[in-house]
Amino acid sequence: MLDMILTSIIYLLLAIGVFFNLLAGIGLLRFPDVYTRLHAGTKCTTFGSIFIIGSVILIGLKTWYLGDVNGSVLTIHSAVALIAILLTNPTGAHAIARAAHRSGVMPENAVIDELQIKGKKQKKTEKKETEDHT
Amino acid sequence: MIELSTEYFIVLLALFLCVAMAMIRIVKGPTAPDRVVGFDTINTIVIVSMVIFGAAYQTVIYIDVAIVYALLSFVSTLFIARYLQGGDF
Repeated sequence: MLDMILTSIIYLLLAIGVFFNLLAGIGLLRFPDVYTRLHAGTKCTTFGSIFIIGSVILIGLKTWYLGDVNGSVLTIHSAVALIAILLTNPTGAHAIARAAHRSGVMPENAVIDELQIKGKKQKKTEKKETEDHT
Repeated sequence: MIELSTEYFIVLLALFLCVAMAMIRIVKGPTAPDRVVGFDTINTIVIVSMVIFGAAYQTVIYIDVAIVYALLSFVSTLFIARYLQGGDF
């Protein structure tokens, strides 16, 4: 009975994870500019990989519960892999977005670009300060 | 060694489809940051599929490889972003 419930939960988690990863692929193809593609390609894969690796953790816990000690190794290593993904993926996305904005690729349909306005204001104040000094 | 069962095969096929879509974006992408986004997505999906392989074959060494791959791909993404941004390193 417990075996059947655990197996169905594992399949459910796998299905949710694969669904979100497929959404990431479709979003990468369909969205209009860099920032929306980044939104699809990073958030959806992070969310989907949480579910897929969660299902692998459940598989490890199940084999551990059934008496095989190798299940504990599978559980702990998958959890470390999940933590690595959770720490590195959003940071990398932030770095890519910052680099794209600084290299001059602007959002396509954006009405207002607050980062650009802020940058201009900062440049103006810096210029004023240097002029005052000279 | 345990045979690769059907459900893992289906999951891996779907993940391979995601990698194919991201590769289309890498080939088509009009600007350089688009290609970097596709590259980053492929990295994450490869990590997830390595974990699935490890669970399917009951081989923990694949998951260790996935951890190291995650950290190294993070470093490579940061370097590419830094290069795109221009200026001093």
